[in-house]
Amino acid sequence: MSTDSTSTVTPTDSPLLSVRDVTKHFPGSGSGAFGRKGAPVKAVDGVSFDVAGGETLGLVGESGCGKSTTGRVVSKLLEPTSGSILFDGRDIATLKQREMRHYRSQIQMIFQDPYSSLNPRHTIGTIVGAPFHIQKVKTEGSVKSTVQGIMERVGLNPEHYNRYPHEFSGGQRQRIGIARALALRPKLIICDEPVSALDVSVQAQVVNLLEDLQEEFGLAYMFIAHDLSVVRHISDRVAVMYLGKVMELTDRDTLYSDPLHPYTHALMSAVPVPDVRKERERERILLTGDLPSPSNPPSGCVFHTRCPKFRMELSDEQRARCVGESPVLEDKGPGHKVACHFPSTRPGIKQLLGVPTVRPTDSAESPLA
Amino acid sequence: MTIDNTPIVADEAVVPEKAPESEGRLILRRFLGNKFAVASIVIVILIIAFSISAIGIGPIPGWWKYGFKALNPQVNAGNPTISLVPQWLGGKGISLGDHPFGQDRIGKDYFAMVMRGIQNSALVMVVLGGIASFVGVVVGAIAGYFRGVIDAILMRITDVFIVIPALVIGSVVGHWVGGLGAPLLAIMLGFFSWMGIARLVRGEFLSLREREFVEAARVAGASDRRIIFKHILPNAIGVVIVSSTLIMATAILLETALSFLGYGIQAPDVSLGGLISSNESAFQTRPWLFWWPGFFIVTLALLVNFVGDGLRDAFDPRHRRFKLRAMREQIPEPAEEAKL
Repeated sequence: MSTDSTSTVTPTDSPLLSVRDVTKHFPGSGSGAFGRKGAPVKAVDGVSFDVAGGETLGLVGESGCGKSTTGRVVSKLLEPTSGSILFDGRDIATLKQREMRHYRSQIQMIFQDPYSSLNPRHTIGTIVGAPFHIQKVKTEGSVKSTVQGIMERVGLNPEHYNRYPHEFSGGQRQRIGIARALALRPKLIICDEPVSALDVSVQAQVVNLLEDLQEEFGLAYMFIAHDLSVVRHISDRVAVMYLGKVMELTDRDTLYSDPLHPYTHALMSAVPVPDVRKERERERILLTGDLPSPSNPPSGCVFHTRCPKFRMELSDEQRARCVGESPVLEDKGPGHKVACHFPSTRPGIKQLLGVPTVRPTDSAESPLA
Repeated sequence: MTIDNTPIVADEAVVPEKAPESEGRLILRRFLGNKFAVASIVIVILIIAFSISAIGIGPIPGWWKYGFKALNPQVNAGNPTISLVPQWLGGKGISLGDHPFGQDRIGKDYFAMVMRGIQNSALVMVVLGGIASFVGVVVGAIAGYFRGVIDAILMRITDVFIVIPALVIGSVVGHWVGGLGAPLLAIMLGFFSWMGIARLVRGEFLSLREREFVEAARVAGASDRRIIFKHILPNAIGVVIVSSTLIMATAILLETALSFLGYGIQAPDVSLGGLISSNESAFQTRPWLFWWPGFFIVTLALLVNFVGDGLRDAFDPRHRRFKLRAMREQIPEPAEEAKL
């Protein structure tokens, strides 16, 4: 279904969510009433992207690249340091908590850890019904019957209304979290690594549930994950983040078959291929060194310290550009945005990963199969 | 009074297929499984009830014939008349006698005085514990939830309160208000005993506010008040209950120490510590003037500590598995007996 929605939804046509140059800096260490201020940690540093209604935008990157922070800024759990977040045409970046309240019902969130995201002292009914009480939303019939309807929709037994979270398994708990996010019929759900804490068989169930719900309610997802095969399965478009910046942003199939950014190349080469011979033959791009500190990012292109292309292929003149000038995220193809001075395709990757590898549900209808 | 005959409508759903076991019930069950703590709390309540029924409370008279202020003629040179050894064991039989705990030097009935002392200790314990918990929870919750500058200011104030020894504060406060009676003393002392609870509650709030269910509530648009009272406080309540129980045990000792130093409850009212202090010089001649108040001080403080320990075990999740398994194994037994 995800392929269908890409064709019907045009992302440029008045997007539901439009994030422009958003930054989030955390005060550095040693901050306090009397302490000295360290350099701020630039967790998110000038991120721009759009999410259209009914679309899924995947957000990938290694740990500490700022993808979760981006999600929390968009849901206004964190205040952005600068930049604008247009939701339905209105800038919500500067709204105070009180003014934000109305928009809360339209942007919801699903959390990573199903064990800590549910209050152990509340019953499922209380948890899923809480948004109605907080937002003072009138429901058709009682809140209880509405909540039980939602519970049934996400695959929970409505009779478990009065149970407590500790009586459920991880997958069921994540369904409760989904039911809570779904309660107020939001337009956008931010999924912050919703399946990383689940085991693989349950992951597939939850991902499929999310897809079904998207189709039924016309939801837009911002899907944050580090599992590239899950992102590939669910996303329409994917943004690759590194050190608080978007490196590459394009539709799913292009990204996986034709990535242009050297960092994406490295990420893709880390995806396991379910074919022993191919796996043995293919070239792995290993990034050396550690992720630089986000409080003191490298000059110019933040990736140049670990970029294999910078190290092996570029001339000194070109390298000077990488060190001196920060690349902008710009179109290098139709709807294919890359933040790199010297983007290039790697044919090896295209051959290896162009064939769908992990597509359990819709591999038959994939155009590349 | 009007009779409301609209039926109490349970929610539409029929009886849930299995009674849900809430966290609270689980804790209660774990606490009740701890025989020692349950016995302690029962004995504490019995002692307090006994002291109230014996000499009455306020204008209501008790069943005991003497008041704690009245002077009586000396009987048996003030020796205790209580006898616990039955006649068939060669004793005088089980009887209270005229002055079961004896009399002090001027002939007051010591049983009535000790009972009054127990009442005052219990009052100080409950009032001080209540006020210290309330102030501690408020300060700790505000500091832990709002963090930043508010936290820094509140915690420095707490530090200032901590560095002043409780006994020094107590004696100054006691000197001021000791003459005004036990309730006021307990209230004042309560305002100087909240620091430990405040620190614990702050710590709990600092960790709980980062939990994802708090973020989820915030995403749903919940106000700070709702988050504090519905999400964080119920999860921190265990710490509060346990530490306020333990503070109550210290309260008994603090009041005793103050009264012993002469700053606590003033004559003609009576406190257990005051009884020991005022009879200091009579140790050689009338040792029972120490035994009785001493016995009750130690008993009450110990038992309340046991209750606190039992509560801590009941709230501590690390004990959960072990205790639950033990309880599951115990449960089927009575059922089988019933069948037979």
